[in-house]
Order: sequence, then C-alpha cells, then structure tokens
Amino acid sequence: MRGANRSHLIAFFVLIALVVVSPGVLYPVFVMKVLCFALFAAAFNLLIGYVGLLSFGHAAFFGLGAYVTAWTAKNWGLTPEIAILLGGITGAALGSVFGWLAIRRQGLYFAMITLALAQMVYFFCVEAPFTGGEDGIQQVPRGKLFGTISLVNDMTIYWLVAGIFIAGFLLLNRVVHSPFGQVMKAIRENEPRATSLGYRTDSYKLIAFILSTFIAGIAGGTKSLVFGIATLTDVHWSMSGEVVLMTLLGGLGTIFGPVMGALVVTTMENYLAPFGAWVTVTQGLIFIACVLAFRRGIIGEIGAKLKLAL
Amino acid sequence: MSISRRLLLGAGAASAVVPWVKPARAAGGVVRIGVLNDQSGPYRDVSGVNSVVCVKQAVQDFGAASKGLAVEVLAADHQNKPDVGAGIARQWFDRDGVDMIIDVPTSSVGLAVASVCREKNRAYINVGAGTAELTGKQCAPTTIHWAYDTWMLAHSTGGALVKAGGDTWYFLTADYVFGHDLERQTSGFVNDAGGKVLGHSTYPFPSTSDFSSFLLQAQATGAKVLGLANAGADTVNSIKQAHEFGLTGKMRIAALLMFITDVHALGLDTAQGLVLTESFYWDMNEKTRAFAARIKDKTPNNMPNMVQAGCYAGTIHYLKAVADMGVAAAKADGAASVARMKAMPTEDDAFGTCHIREDGRVLVPAYLFEVKKPSESKGAWDYYKLMVTTPGDQAFRPLKDGNCSLIHA
Amino acid sequence: MFSIFGVPGPLLFGQLLLGLINGGFYAMLSLGLAVIFGMLNIINFAHGAVFMMGAFVAWMLLNYLGVNYWFALILSPLIVAAFGVVLEKTIISRLYALDHLYGLLLTFGLALVIEGLFRNEYGSSGMPYQIPALLSGAVNLGFMFLPIYRGWVIVAAVVVCFATWLLIEKTKLGSLLRAATENPALVQAFGVNVPRLVTLTFAGGVALAAFAGVLAAPIYSVNPNMGSNFINTVFAVVVIGGMGSIFGAIVSGFGLGVIEGLTKVFYPQASDTVIFVVMVLVLLTRPAGLFGKAA
Repeated sequence: MRGANRSHLIAFFVLIALVVVSPGVLYPVFVMKVLCFALFAAAFNLLIGYVGLLSFGHAAFFGLGAYVTAWTAKNWGLTPEIAILLGGITGAALGSVFGWLAIRRQGLYFAMITLALAQMVYFFCVEAPFTGGEDGIQQVPRGKLFGTISLVNDMTIYWLVAGIFIAGFLLLNRVVHSPFGQVMKAIRENEPRATSLGYRTDSYKLIAFILSTFIAGIAGGTKSLVFGIATLTDVHWSMSGEVVLMTLLGGLGTIFGPVMGALVVTTMENYLAPFGAWVTVTQGLIFIACVLAFRRGIIGEIGAKLKLAL
Repeated sequence: MSISRRLLLGAGAASAVVPWVKPARAAGGVVRIGVLNDQSGPYRDVSGVNSVVCVKQAVQDFGAASKGLAVEVLAADHQNKPDVGAGIARQWFDRDGVDMIIDVPTSSVGLAVASVCREKNRAYINVGAGTAELTGKQCAPTTIHWAYDTWMLAHSTGGALVKAGGDTWYFLTADYVFGHDLERQTSGFVNDAGGKVLGHSTYPFPSTSDFSSFLLQAQATGAKVLGLANAGADTVNSIKQAHEFGLTGKMRIAALLMFITDVHALGLDTAQGLVLTESFYWDMNEKTRAFAARIKDKTPNNMPNMVQAGCYAGTIHYLKAVADMGVAAAKADGAASVARMKAMPTEDDAFGTCHIREDGRVLVPAYLFEVKKPSESKGAWDYYKLMVTTPGDQAFRPLKDGNCSLIHA
Repeated sequence: MFSIFGVPGPLLFGQLLLGLINGGFYAMLSLGLAVIFGMLNIINFAHGAVFMMGAFVAWMLLNYLGVNYWFALILSPLIVAAFGVVLEKTIISRLYALDHLYGLLLTFGLALVIEGLFRNEYGSSGMPYQIPALLSGAVNLGFMFLPIYRGWVIVAAVVVCFATWLLIEKTKLGSLLRAATENPALVQAFGVNVPRLVTLTFAGGVALAAFAGVLAAPIYSVNPNMGSNFINTVFAVVVIGGMGSIFGAIVSGFGLGVIEGLTKVFYPQASDTVIFVVMVLVLLTRPAGLFGKAA
C-alpha cells in the first residue's frame, strides 16, 4: 500500500508537470479540450470503475452542464466560475433524479435506463427554445474570472481550466481512497455481501452517481466556455459512447486511465479529421482491440507490468 | 477490386492532408486555403471530396504557379457538428496559418465558423450552408456567401409554383433550424402570392427514415403541393416514398433544397417532374460544360452541383483578390481581402460574371429547373429542364430586409 | 366520417397500418437480437450494421451480378450469415467468458468499423433499389392507398416471425437450443456440439437482420446509416419485450411500431423519443421487461 501511494504521488506530480508544460509545446486550446474530456472521463470512471455501474447516458449531464453554463454566461452575464458551478449543479440535480430511478436496476438494465433517460434529455434539448436547437448556443463570452481577470487570452483561460481539472481530479482521487470509496469497491465486487455487512448500498450508489454527474456537468460547462459554444453534440448518445471509449482505452478503475484515454481519443480525432469516415473505422478498431487484447486499458496494462496500482 | 478502390479513396483522402505544395518561390509566403465540410455524413456527396477537387482545380485554372502565388489546400471533416467545425477553424488559424476557409455546409456549423473567422479576421467563403442569417443578422465583414440560401430557394421555388397554380401547400419539415427557416420563408412567399398553407409535419432529424406516415397526413389535407423542407438523404427518401404511395400523381413535389447529386441518387424514374432550384447546372453553356468536364475526370461518380461549383468560383475570386492586393496584405487582414473581393466583379466558368453585395451575398442567378422524364434525357447526367431564371439582383433577399449591421454602418 | 382527437378515422387507420409495417421491421430485427442474446449472452450492437449489410449485399448482387430481388432475398441473408459465422469464430467467440459489458463494447466497435467502411466506399446519399415489378403498384383500401410492397413486408415479417418461433419452440433443434441456453455443459455431455450450435444461432440471428435489410432496401434508399437509425429503437424493443424472450420481441416490436405510428400523428417531433419513454416506464415497473423471466 505504501508503494502504491508513492507511485501515485510520483505519477501525480508527472501529471501536474505535464499540465504545466504542455501548453508551451502544444496548441493550448487542444490541451484544454483534452483536460475537459479527461475530467469527464474521470467522473464517468468513478461509476464504472469503482462502483461497477455502466451509465450509457452520461452525455446528458455533460451536455446540460454545457448548456446551462453557456446560457447563464451569455444571457445573465454571470462570471465564469459561477456559470461553471451552475453547470455542475445542473448536472448533479439531473443526476440525482436519474440516479434515483436507475440504481434500482443492475447491469444491462441500468445501462439501458440511463440511455433511455439521456435520449429524453436529448429530445428536450432539441425542442427547448433556450438551447438554440441545431445551432446551439454560440458566441458564448469567456467573461472575466471573479469579475476582474479577462479570460479572452487562451493562456489565461488555460490556467483556469487546468485548475478546475486538477481540483476535480484530486477530489475524485480522494473519494476513491476514502472509506466511502472502499465501500464502493465492495459493492462493485459483491453487492449482496456489502448489503449483508449492513451498508445501504443504494445510498452509496446514489451518492457516487450524483458526484459523478456533478463533475460531468462541470467538465461540460468548462468546455462550453473554452470553445464559446454549447451544442447538441454534447448531449447526443454518441458522446456517451465516446466517454466509454476513453475510459475503456485508458483503463477502467484506474486513476490515471481516463486521462490517458481522453488524450489518445482526442488526439486521434484531431489528427484524423481530414480522413473523413476513417475516424469512425479507427475508433471501432480501437474498441475491438481493447476488448480482445488489452481489457485493462493502457494505464491498466502498464500498471500490471510494473505491478503498481495507477 | 473493392479493396483497391477503398485504398484509392484512402489515398485520395490522404493527399488532401499532405500539403499540396507548389515550390515556395513566391514572395510573401504561402496562401493556405482550408476546405471544411462534411466528408463522412449525410452531406458528403453534396460537398465532400468533390468540393476539395473543385478548389484544387480552381488553383490550377487560376494559374497560381505561373502568377508566382504559392497555394496550399487543406481539407477537414466537420462531421456536421458546430463545435467540431469551430474547433478545426480555430486550430487552422492559430496553428496552421490558414488564410481562408471555404464551403462549410450545414447552417449551424456555417454560423459557428463565421464567428471564428470574424474573431480571427480571416476570409470566409461559405458555399454549402443554407441559412440566410450569414448575410443577415449574423453577417460579418469577413463573410461571403456564395451559391444559394434559404431565402433564394423559397423565393424561386415557392413563388414560381404558386404562379403555376400550386396554391395550396403542405410542408414536410426536418426538425432543425434549417428546416424551420425553409418552411417559414416559403410559407411567406406562398401566402404573399395568394396561396395557402394547409398544414405541416415536423419530423425528428436526422433519425427519421420512414416518411410514409407524414405523406399520408399530407395527402389527407388535399394540398396541391408538397413542400419538402429538408435536405440530403431525407429529401431522397421522402421523394421515393411519395412515389411509392402514389402521391406524385396527385401532388406536385417541391424539393426546396435539392442538388443534381440527389437527383442522380434517385434516378429519373422517380425524380421526373420534380421542381427545384439550383444556381449552377453543368449543361448551361460552353463554359459550364468545359468546367464540368475538367472536374468529372477527377471524380468519376459525381458531376459538380452548385455547392461544388461555388467552391471553384469562390477560390478563383479569392486568389484574384490576393494577387491584386499582394500576398502579405491578404494574409494579414481577412476583412480587407473580403472587401477587395466585394470591390471587383466575379468572373469564372461556372457562374459567369456576378457581383458581391455589401453584406457578402454573391448575386448569382437562380434557376428553377424541372427534372426531365427518362424519355427526354439524352444521356448520363442530362437531368434538368430550365423553367425560370431569376436574375441575381432579384434572386436574393433585399438588402434592407436582412438587418445586416454592415449596412447601417 | 368520424374522428378521434380531431384526427379523421380513416387517417388513423392508415397510420395504424403503417405502424404495423414499421413494427414488422422492429420485430424481425429484435427477434434476431433476442435469439443471439438468449444463446450467446451478447448484446449485439452490430445488429444494425448487419441489417445495412443485408440491404447492401442485395444491391451489389443486383448491380454487379444482375441477381434479382427474389434471389437476393434468399442469397443475401446466406452471404451475411456466412460473414456472421466468420465473425463468431474469429472474434465473438472470445467474449463468452467475459462480462456483458465487453460484448456490448466490442460489437459497438464492430458496428463503427462496418459502417465506416461502407461509407468510405459508397458515400452516404444512398443507392436506389427498385421495387420488384411483381410488387409495384398499390391498392386502394378505401381509407388509404396501400403500396403492394408494404403489404408484402407485413406478410413476410409475420411469416418469418412465426417460423422462427415455431423453429425454436416446436422442433428438435429448437429444444436443443433452449436446453443449451439453460445448461450448456449438460447438453455438451449428451454429445451435442454446443459451440457449433452457438455459431449457428449467431448466423441465424444475423441472417434475420439481413433478411429485414433486403426487405427494407426498396423502401429506404440503401445507405450506410440505415442501420444506426434503427438500432437504438430496436434495443429498446428488446429490452421492453424482455431480454432473450422470442415472443416478447415479436409482440413488442409490432406494438411499439403502432405506438410510434400514432405519435407521428399527434406529436411527430417526439416519434423517436416515445419508445424510450415506454422503456423507462416498463423497466421501472417490470424489471425483466414485459415477457422476460426475472433474473
């Protein structure tokens, strides 16, 4: 356990160093996109990796968070930190309703309920006037942080995004390693046993679900400010599929896996964009390869090689 | 066989990324043109690789190399998602030194990219998107809108049909901004001309493939014209099914946005008698035929439609402006190069001579076509009969109705 | 003339009939999905892609080899089934020992690959496929104008569904199948080649989807996205009917087709969301679906 802690600490410092250095080397807007998706995937991973719940509707929280942040920042002129927080709260509010409904069912049925509920949210977003339908909410101002620091410059907003990412990441990490996290893992391994030990497993699941959706909402809101746009892409079910892909590729139930997965998937989409439909083909092949050859994901496999829990 | 074709396609796509470099002897740096469109989704055949081919053809026909201009053409797929499109545009400007973006079908993406171009002061020639907002409320000093817009389609098709006796309408509308715009504007013209709209069905987009239910509802109203306020595969499917349900005998079908590529996909048996508006047809005159022949060699399965022809014409005109003002000046200021484009008349094989209005609208003539019967068609791609020509200065929304901020300034 | 909620009766009958036709497609697709799930415990996300392949193979047979619709109706499912056998032997069979989740993810990947390849090759505006001469034209039913081809779709769907049900419930092969679903080890001990049975089941399920694809080809244009438009709905149908329940898949397929058809009259925008509303309601009240056995 000591060894694991130390390797975690080292990996964590490497991660922070990368977050600090990368905008100097790479295109900052691209790095911000990776960070937003990494946070989203990390939130998703909390459910699938540590509680064993596959949510196939996480785009709903990400996307609605993005809409609420974008709308309040644009129409009410809220400062970015409050707009993003509202995005997160929206995600959590929706998450508590969906979670309450969905955790009554297990396995596939849980996945199907979340998918169905997310489809309804998608429909709502298509029809509701405030989302701007197909156009989405465009020209969202990045605003001034705490009303004073203008975020128009890419590097200024970069530090905000990096801060949000690290804070969210630390929070999730803390939860996983807390006594609460231990119970979550117990539920994942054997739910009846956890129940018989006296844990109200439903409450644990619901809290984990709400926490995950809160962070998903934050990630969506942040992304909408970075790009100045919130659209149906963010609520569409293929976004739910994408976050599954990221987490699976990076490594289910690993701390650093989702970050790695987000990095790889986003990079791929970025560099394959000129190849049209080949993006889809490549994504599909990665899915297949992950399931057949390395189910533990990139970080999971590395961790297994080094005998470390990353 | 199929594998080798696939490889070829892959190689074709790859060559689109590998910078298409002319030896960089030119002074003032390389002019980079980004073709941003749908290369994998429903509008792939309407824009897609064929637009890229047209842009490259324009660079060649303009004689960039002999005029000492070094031009690079980049291409990317925006997947019809505004966030993806805006992201690529941003990256092209910030990192890859792109000077002008062209094509960008799908209204939502078209608008998103327009605001990025405005923010970064780079030239933007939209051809593929339909929304008239591009030269209306959301117009920008960096935007030019080429081949068509929803107002022009509604005006040309809607107005002409009412005059021809089609005075009662039913709309089949895709449930997104473009569909609603098209329906609203066409209804306006129908009402103005003394016609009446009897009803409409708004269906989920893009997940609907069975339109029979809506077609029955349309038929039940007894309307004379079925207006299709949709695009791409949806239009093709709704026409097919209207044919199947015997609507074609009783109602006139007005495809409000349809391209020759869609007619080709339908086949003349089904498409005959359709009425539609395009601003380019390959078989108009010597020049258009020559242009189409040059393109067709490079894409054996596709004749250029008005979007692809617009990409050709837009590129030629842009390069003309660049050559005129100097590469360095054009690269430094997108709004200035657009202003230069507005200041001179356009001249190319596809559209002939036209003017660009102050709000960025290119005043190409609108042609109302009827699709030929199989017996009238003399060969492959011989599809259209010209019914009405609306000259460029009347084909588009009057300047004063657009609320474009550039006009008051 | 009478009317219901302001909609004239004849129009409503027409809509019900159209709903049944779409329901026929849902039933055939979800039937294949249910058979595969029952036997292999795999949720085949690639089912929509296979449906699309069925239509495309029919199109290729016609355009490259001149094979007409009627032969394609038999040949295409066989060709796709052969593809299914290869798929099962090489890839799917590695999943049996794993969690459901992996099956879902892998087949999702397969669907992306298959659709992407077709899109690269054929574009997405779709290929025309003519209705066979024998079935073109339409009949006037009084309340609506029914294209003969659509009528044929209902008949074919009902026959196929009934035949599949008969095969599984009333024949020797069917009883083996059901037994192998319950306890593969025991059936294997009786000398039955269970892996082959599994391969056959997968091929059969895939062939059903391909058959539906050929039926769909003349109605919708043959295009690479035709399957993905359907797949979410079909999933919902299977879940509502009860995972793995043959009867449930058929009944809920037709039922939901009708519900969707009616939504198209009263609130067309919601016509593809209504199925998910039904799914949530069913799952919350009957966890194993309408006809499924509780786990």
